[in-house]
Amino acid sequence: METIIAAVLVISGLGFLLGYGLAFAAKKLETTRDERVAEIEQCLPGVNCGACGYAGCAGYAQAIVAQGVPVYLCAPGGAAAATAIGRLLGIAVAESVPMKARVHCGGGDDVTSQKYRYNGVADCRSAAALFDGFLACSEGCLGLGSCVNACRFDAIDIDARGHVSIREDACTGCAACVKACPRHLIELVPVDRRVHVLCSSTEKGAVCNKFCSVSCIGCMKCEKACPHDAIHVSGNLARIDYTKCTSCSACVAVCPKKCIIDLGKMPAGV
Amino acid sequence: MHPRDIGLDTMSSPIRNAFLPHYLYIPLQQHIGSPAEAVVAPGDVVSRGDVIGKASGYVSVNIHTPLPGKVIAVQDHVTATADRVPTVVIEVEGRFSLKGQVSRQTDAWKSLSRDEIISRMKEHGLVGMGGATFPMHVKYSVPADKKITTLLVNAVECEPFLSADNRLVIEHGEDLVTGIEIALKALGVNRAIIGFEADMPEAVARMRGLVANRSNIEVLVFPVKYPQGAEKQLVKAATGLEVPSGGLPLDIGVVVSNAGSLVALKEAVVDNKPLFERIVTVTGDAVEKPGNYKIAIGTRVADVLAEVGLKKKPARIIIGGPMMGLAQYSDQVPVTKGTSGILVLSARRAAVYRHRPCVRCGKCMTVCPMGLVPLLLVSRVELGMDDEAKKHGLLDCIECGCCSAVCPSERHLSQAIKLGKLRHVAKKREAAGD
Repeated sequence: METIIAAVLVISGLGFLLGYGLAFAAKKLETTRDERVAEIEQCLPGVNCGACGYAGCAGYAQAIVAQGVPVYLCAPGGAAAATAIGRLLGIAVAESVPMKARVHCGGGDDVTSQKYRYNGVADCRSAAALFDGFLACSEGCLGLGSCVNACRFDAIDIDARGHVSIREDACTGCAACVKACPRHLIELVPVDRRVHVLCSSTEKGAVCNKFCSVSCIGCMKCEKACPHDAIHVSGNLARIDYTKCTSCSACVAVCPKKCIIDLGKMPAGV
Repeated sequence: MHPRDIGLDTMSSPIRNAFLPHYLYIPLQQHIGSPAEAVVAPGDVVSRGDVIGKASGYVSVNIHTPLPGKVIAVQDHVTATADRVPTVVIEVEGRFSLKGQVSRQTDAWKSLSRDEIISRMKEHGLVGMGGATFPMHVKYSVPADKKITTLLVNAVECEPFLSADNRLVIEHGEDLVTGIEIALKALGVNRAIIGFEADMPEAVARMRGLVANRSNIEVLVFPVKYPQGAEKQLVKAATGLEVPSGGLPLDIGVVVSNAGSLVALKEAVVDNKPLFERIVTVTGDAVEKPGNYKIAIGTRVADVLAEVGLKKKPARIIIGGPMMGLAQYSDQVPVTKGTSGILVLSARRAAVYRHRPCVRCGKCMTVCPMGLVPLLLVSRVELGMDDEAKKHGLLDCIECGCCSAVCPSERHLSQAIKLGKLRHVAKKREAAGD
């Protein structure tokens, strides 16, 4: 009998001791988890692309709550994510136009000549390190797909002739391709700007005419035709000021080399 | 590894003077560092040995013209390593002066101080002539906190087919010994080791004869093995010491100079002759008269090939050796201070790599002289995992090309590793806010 009483006492004693220990620890070591972090994460697309500059979507959500960083940094989520987060936190978010990547080169095997045949690592940076690349044009698209590899949304395609196309519906404007291109040919442009110069060559017209049939020769016709003062030739190259451009396509009509294009009048996916 | 000899031996062909070209294309960047600035303009008349490019900044050297003539243009031109390098074009004409023509053996240089020798290096355009073309005055201006004990002379010439240094030692052995003495004085040390490969017996015998009565110069012979002449491998073979990862031989008290550079040093200091010509091995199965030629810097490869003749249609022109040399797309590239060889191969010899999938045979790993695992590095680089690649020693790769040479899948291993390094540099620049 005595043994049983001793055992009951020891076990219940231990039970009280550990139970109070746990209760004490729960009170003493309690942390407050901000519910908002989880809610913000719900608003984000969850692709962890890093375009915002933080370690994945969770990192960005944490940074919004803890450091008060702006809510519009998520490129894939775009305006929808920004407004949703804004609503959660009670911040008004201005409407913004989504940005899309545009490649400023229309070159390819059928229109641009090559200096030599390249047989090496299929990466634009590798090719560019050998005599400025295998193209006769030292500024044109090499078409080896460094941007394709960098894109997490499968939005970039390169066809057999080396023409790059960006699928607008898939592009989130995260700028990973902009960083990957060693020739700096890709730029983020507001989606509603439909007219683009597909050339980055700063060579004189007489020079680039020899190696590329779709290069800008700096003839200034576009500059004269533009009713909005939005396109200017500098350094033998026409450049569009997207803040002024209305996509009226007056320059497209006069370009003798057809290197200015209007996406609105093109088949989809260019 | 042991690259196959394909019967393109020029070891016993004596140095011949190449014909003088009608035009010289002298690049203003023939060295690592900042390019020289042109000090001539079209219409200027220059004579042999005149400075045409002035060193700009500390890591830069002067550029001289090897031949008299008239400057007709300063324009962009292709070189063996890059497109569009500012280049002085000279139409060769007029009479020779004797500057630097007479080779002398005098002791007059012994009165020069260390600083005078080092400034002569920069003035006379001396660079490392093994291929890296690092300005010599920078290498010899050793920081005060480094203690140098040994000068290591690299006469190994491990690239297959190249024999320019071999002939240089055989024919200009005395000049090399004087060059070593000058270099020892410039460094303030008293011990030199000359490293040879075992397949150069004539050069070894010649050098042993010349240094027989000098106790401070030692001749060592290493087994024939590529890359025996790579700086880090040679230092380890000669001294038993290993250059620390990311470090330089000078961190363990060694300065390494190519034999050709030291002969040029002798000519600069004793004969007052700037570095404006060099010995180049011209070979390959498409060449009719292979051999070692003394060629004026700025001579275009096309002019060299016109002289040596072609017996087959060239499919590939490589500047340098077959392992580390760069294939060229134009025969208009000029010979520069770093051109050790011109290799012209026919279609039968010029391999075209097909870059098939890795079969994980590990051959690349067994030949890597740095003890790296190329297949692992390359897969990491291809996946964009650069930090992983760095952990596996990406930055220790010496780009010797052994892995690419043995790969049964003909993968572009060496080039892919270079890509990883390029991205590393790009990232570092970006971080520096450039």
